[in-house]
Amino acid sequence: MHNDDKTLIQANPWDELRSHTNARIALGRVGSSLPTREVLKFGLAHAQARDAVHRPLDFTHLKHELHAEGFRTLHVHSNAQDRQTYLLRPDYGRQLHDESRIYLEHALPAPELAVVICDGLSSIAAQRHSLPLLKAFRERFSTDWANTPVVIAEQGRVAIGDGIAVALRARLLIVLIGERPGLSSPDSLGIYLTYQPAHGSMDSQRNCISNVRPEGLPYAQAALKLDYLARESLRLQLSGVSLKDDSNQLKISP
Amino acid sequence: MLYQTAVGALQYRFVDLKTLLAKASPARSGDYLAGLAAATYEERMAAKIILADVPLKQFLQEALIPYELDEVSRLIIDTHDKAAFAPISHLTVGDLRDWMLLDSTDSQALAAVTAGITPEMAAAVSKLMRNQDLILVAKKCRVVTAFRNTIGLPGHLSVRLQPNHPTDDVRGIAASLLDGLLYGSGDATVGINPASDSLSTLMRLWQMLDEVREHFDIPMQSCVLTHVTTQIQAIAAGAPIDLVFQSIAGTEKTNSSFGVNLALLREAHDAAQSLKRGTVGNNLMYFETGQGSALSAGGHHDVDQQTCEARAYAVAREFKPLLVNTVVGFIGPEYLYDGKQIIRAGLEDHFCGKLLGLPMGCDVCYTNHAEADQDDMDTLLTLFGAAGINFIMGIPGADDIMLNYQSTSFHDALYLRSVLGLKRAPEFDAWLAKMAITDTTGQLREIGRGHHLLQQLPFISGAA
Repeated sequence: MHNDDKTLIQANPWDELRSHTNARIALGRVGSSLPTREVLKFGLAHAQARDAVHRPLDFTHLKHELHAEGFRTLHVHSNAQDRQTYLLRPDYGRQLHDESRIYLEHALPAPELAVVICDGLSSIAAQRHSLPLLKAFRERFSTDWANTPVVIAEQGRVAIGDGIAVALRARLLIVLIGERPGLSSPDSLGIYLTYQPAHGSMDSQRNCISNVRPEGLPYAQAALKLDYLARESLRLQLSGVSLKDDSNQLKISP
Repeated sequence: MLYQTAVGALQYRFVDLKTLLAKASPARSGDYLAGLAAATYEERMAAKIILADVPLKQFLQEALIPYELDEVSRLIIDTHDKAAFAPISHLTVGDLRDWMLLDSTDSQALAAVTAGITPEMAAAVSKLMRNQDLILVAKKCRVVTAFRNTIGLPGHLSVRLQPNHPTDDVRGIAASLLDGLLYGSGDATVGINPASDSLSTLMRLWQMLDEVREHFDIPMQSCVLTHVTTQIQAIAAGAPIDLVFQSIAGTEKTNSSFGVNLALLREAHDAAQSLKRGTVGNNLMYFETGQGSALSAGGHHDVDQQTCEARAYAVAREFKPLLVNTVVGFIGPEYLYDGKQIIRAGLEDHFCGKLLGLPMGCDVCYTNHAEADQDDMDTLLTLFGAAGINFIMGIPGADDIMLNYQSTSFHDALYLRSVLGLKRAPEFDAWLAKMAITDTTGQLREIGRGHHLLQQLPFISGAA
């Protein structure tokens, strides 16, 4: 990063307060304005957030990685044919494309659980964090993993999982999706759990775990929460507002 | 009334006023998403041409959302002031634009007709106005409000200091608050968007803000932006609440999706008034609005998003607020796609609000999935300065680490003051000078390590 000529900048003698917040405080000023260094830092963070939204998910690579770890994968598309349509028409991103639906209906049905990985608004999040999260979850949650489908959905929003789960006759749906990127968090992964999903399932029927990434909610903790919610959901036969996350009362085993 | 015209060989006809308004609205993604936007450029112009000839009186005959169905419609009709309307009652929508732009139509003339203008009339005329018209007329509308300081005086600009923290950490919030005060921000309000909705956490925030204010004797007002029912609860529990915040919208159905209605807002307003905390005035409501919220809640009744937004101002003006903030780019690209749409919507909201007599400010902002960047914010910010906006947001480095979006910064406010010579609320300005944060001309001074605020603020209210 650019090294400012310090004599040009009015520094702020409260930079030690940065230990209490990630907010951009004590930036200093040149006249009324930001020093060059800070303009560049902000610009870089914004560039990374923009790339997270617009860089396409590398499906081939992700599929390869999932196979190498023994997961069974399927590949589908939403009704949003490109990123611009995806951004303008959230409804299209929620719909499973007809060809994909037929393809899934002819595939081996889900034994219990269907996992869906969506690019969402941050392909970087899905690319980086879905596999490590899934591996951590597999270690805790016992199901017929060899036959459990992991469906990679292109240009998908959370509700595309409903159509996928219906086509695969899954009882429990877990959607991993890239969240809307922030300036300081371009790669947050969101997890949505729905019991017995159907077309038109409401958000209130889902449980959400947010900000999954090493700097946010680490994989192990996210997997612990997800395992708790998944087991409770199957036991109580429900999900959403009536399923409370009491996993924080559990301890992470070393 | 028939809404039709011919353009060349093509006959354009619109079934009702609501459809005409939607088709005449400048292009934006939310109206396309709703299936309400004009299909062609020519159809949009045909709608504008027809709209220009619609008499203002027609808006009193033809409700966009039926009176029986919607309490906002009832509020608009029931509070319409016929005497105030009289001077413009013979005009069409197109005439209203011309009349407002006349040099002879000054601040007093505009203020005199405010109570006679309905939100739908304001929305309609805005659709015929270019950006420069929206700026010129808004600048003539002066709306001055007061609580512990005076906001909206000509040649002045205030800033809402927004010291958010993702876990409501009091030390983190205090750090951003200090940063903002030392940059001369905070005269509109210090308003925290909390992450939590637990009453005990929120009580700490109200107490901390009040302790800071009292300790340094700052002529400012504070606010914690939680649901209005929680604020009513907190007032009953003895919280030192200055301003009552609530998000509002232009239809009953949308408001009910926010968990509010007019009666509840009145209850909150009255509860806060009973505390009598204002010193130079008693405007104490802080409302936030934004185009697209009605469609997002499925409460738009096929009314275009800009007209829905203007109707929210009818709700706001019922409570004589201190501040109304249109959070213009927060909602995302499916409602306002890019910088152009965000800039246009911001200017429309500011104009409509001011014409309806509201103390308008704007959260000049965008999300990372919108086609916009800080350059677009600079443009809108500068246009707002020219239009005489009452207040903008001040967020450290323009980056809200709790709500994950970009707005305007303390530096941005300094920039706008510098290029347009805009002053802070006078009481707050005097305090800054007294604290040696600014010099006699209002310019920031160099702050040394030994500064009073720097020495003490981080240690207030368990903040350290």
